[in-house]
Amino acid sequence: MANNDYAKMTGNLKNLGKSSADYIGLLGVLLLEIIIFGTWQGTFFSGDTFFAIAADVPDTVIVAVGMTFVLIIAGIDLSVGSVLALSQAVLGYCMVAMGWPLAVAIPACLATGILCGSLNGAVSVRWALPSFIVTLGMLEIARGATYFVTQSRTIYIGQEIGKISDPIPLLGGISWPIIICLVTVIAGQLVLSRTVFGRYMIAIGTNEEAVRLSGINPAPIKFMVFVICGFCSALGGMIQASKMSSSSPNAGVGFELTVIAAVVIGGTSLMGGRGSVVKSFLGVLIVAVLNAGLAQVGAPEYAKRPVIGIVIVLAVILDSYRARKARVKA
Amino acid sequence: MVAAEKQILLSHSGIGKQYPGVQALSGVSLDLQPGEVHALVGENGAGKSTLSKIIAGLESPDAGGMVFKGASYAPSGKREAEEQGIRMVMQELNMIPTLSVAENIFLNRLPSRMGIINRNQLEEASRKVIHQVGLDTIQPATPVGALGVGQQQMVEIAAGLSQSCQLLILDEPTAALTDRERELLFKQIRRLKLEGVCVLYISHRMEEIKQISDRITILRDGVLQGTRNTSETETSEVIKLMVGRDLDEVFSSTQRQRGKCALRVDGLSRGNKVREASFELHKGEILGFAGMMGSGRTELMRLIFGADQKDSGNIYLDCSDLPIQIKSPKDAVLAGIALLTEDRKEQGLLLPLSISSNTPLARMEGVSRRGWINFPRQYSIAENFRKKLSIKCHSVNQHVKTLSGGNQQKVVMAKWLYRDAEILIFDEPTRGIDVGAKFEIYSLLEELAGQGRAIILVSSDMPELLAVSDRIAVMSNGLLTGIFNRGEWSEDKIMEAALSGYASEQAEGIEDGKQ
Repeated sequence: MANNDYAKMTGNLKNLGKSSADYIGLLGVLLLEIIIFGTWQGTFFSGDTFFAIAADVPDTVIVAVGMTFVLIIAGIDLSVGSVLALSQAVLGYCMVAMGWPLAVAIPACLATGILCGSLNGAVSVRWALPSFIVTLGMLEIARGATYFVTQSRTIYIGQEIGKISDPIPLLGGISWPIIICLVTVIAGQLVLSRTVFGRYMIAIGTNEEAVRLSGINPAPIKFMVFVICGFCSALGGMIQASKMSSSSPNAGVGFELTVIAAVVIGGTSLMGGRGSVVKSFLGVLIVAVLNAGLAQVGAPEYAKRPVIGIVIVLAVILDSYRARKARVKA
Repeated sequence: MVAAEKQILLSHSGIGKQYPGVQALSGVSLDLQPGEVHALVGENGAGKSTLSKIIAGLESPDAGGMVFKGASYAPSGKREAEEQGIRMVMQELNMIPTLSVAENIFLNRLPSRMGIINRNQLEEASRKVIHQVGLDTIQPATPVGALGVGQQQMVEIAAGLSQSCQLLILDEPTAALTDRERELLFKQIRRLKLEGVCVLYISHRMEEIKQISDRITILRDGVLQGTRNTSETETSEVIKLMVGRDLDEVFSSTQRQRGKCALRVDGLSRGNKVREASFELHKGEILGFAGMMGSGRTELMRLIFGADQKDSGNIYLDCSDLPIQIKSPKDAVLAGIALLTEDRKEQGLLLPLSISSNTPLARMEGVSRRGWINFPRQYSIAENFRKKLSIKCHSVNQHVKTLSGGNQQKVVMAKWLYRDAEILIFDEPTRGIDVGAKFEIYSLLEELAGQGRAIILVSSDMPELLAVSDRIAVMSNGLLTGIFNRGEWSEDKIMEAALSGYASEQAEGIEDGKQ
């Protein structure tokens, strides 16, 4: 019995050690970036830089959590940018045109994301279509709907939404978006690694037929994942709106690629079955720090984009190398 | 001294190779002579493939060395081995299905001028090659994917034979071949032998080895058990060396008490794959299913399990008169039915996940509370099954991918035993599994039946069915053509029933058999 408990413990410890070793690579890259930009530009180490990055990342991180889920079930959601825009357009419309209070407008905004996600999920599951195609359709549909709702003009909402992004006095520079973002990451990681739902997600991404033949219906799980991704997009949309105090019809154009890049840097596989929410979070941070650093050293746009591109590819090369090594060891 | 050296083409001394968790080979010393057919036998996982991959340059040994034609030989890759004249035809098909037969044969040396393929030369050369193996009916321009598996295998062998070599390794070359194709292959092997080529022949089939080989080397658990001259050796001795025990000891054909009806299938049909199948399965019974490949056995099981949709027919549980509706595997599992599919890698397991994650997959509610997984409980359940089924692994955290076929099958079994299904359908559970694990699976089947569970065993291995089943049902061309009780059956009767469905519709039957 004692022996058995010991085995369990070491098993758990080994797992813990293994997963933290996973993070070390990404943390190392992050640290490396900070050191490089810090020595290059002395002003990089400052509260301002920190708060700029902290204010910049929450919407991307939240959507990245949803995207991580979708990629794990071997799907993809290209509509996150458009859904983000539509949800924030609905938010702006409800508050400005309808005069609804924030407490009603926010649920409407989130419901929009859930609705779009449900459509993505329902169509791709019901007709067994590749989610690439279905969400590509949604990308256009939601963007069109955004133009319709906003009449292609930016809706200025004002301080009522803007104050959500203000720092909370008692917590120093911490704002609601940062709290929401961290809660989403922690909740997402727990759902993925500790719940039956998370296990089913990984299982579906690994081998959907084996899951089905184990007597599990994959359809509701896949559907839920798209709903979650839609919800995350809406949440990201709300936070972005509060950052700008307005809803822009062109919010989130190209956002899907930013998010996918960050998630992939975090080591989540586009083939499904493998991924981590915390690592996606680190992926977003790596891109954000890179962006901030390049801006501070005064790199022009034509230099910034290739650098980011190279980092994306390098990160994935590194990850596949590391994964291969880990496999050999295991 | 000089003469002795001449007699050895390739010699190994103390070859060792370790994979994660397994010592695949240890201290293997073996000499291969020119002009001999040397058979390499052993259970799956005995190290045959590893050894041959080391010779072909696909793997490098951790210990020991090789001497080829008097010089030290340590190939860095397949190409270097081939340059030296050592060639291997792999067990798995390694051809590109969309390319033509000719293109596949000459893939690494397409005749071309300035990058443009010389079609005429290619066709002529490949025609010569496929003629050699007697495949005159195949056009060189046919895409490989359009050929049957046996013909593909022949093309692959032809490709291997087409290039000059001094040592040719054939890994299970006859697995998909017809008798005629096999004879053609043997003719080629005899020709090579006369030319002084050494053929290392890996196979499970003792009759073939008896027929073609000069010497037999037996491996067990990565250790050399001995090399024998084929003509002086009895098959039973070889098997004994492979398994490490006598075959007769294992089977116990104790008569079990047959219980009440567990499952009744009435007129189940789907297209012409399964036509009006009706049978009863009792508790505590092992019902074997015999038949040719493609006779509809797997399809029938998938209908019962809800993996495919039936056109008509009913399924009844526990002597009930009310049919139950099984529309999906989920319904079947809830009704207490489990299907262990033929293709465990593609349909039964999550290969990159651990044993402990795979074990409770069909019953997650057992290892979770309100949706949260209880990891210590999951671990201890997997650990229990590891002990109970003696799954060989260094820990249940090990990925299923890294296990041998037999141990993977045990993980699938653990999954369904944990689900506690009352009706277990095993579709070819011992295919591709080594002899030792086979017997463990048989005794487990008997134990399960002894507990009163109802078991269906679909198998193409006749001795297996005869040894384990209480009754044997025979399918032929989608029809259930006979059910025999133990004692009433004979191999002749079963074979007759297995062929009877094709008699009336011969053409259609042959087509089915191919698939």
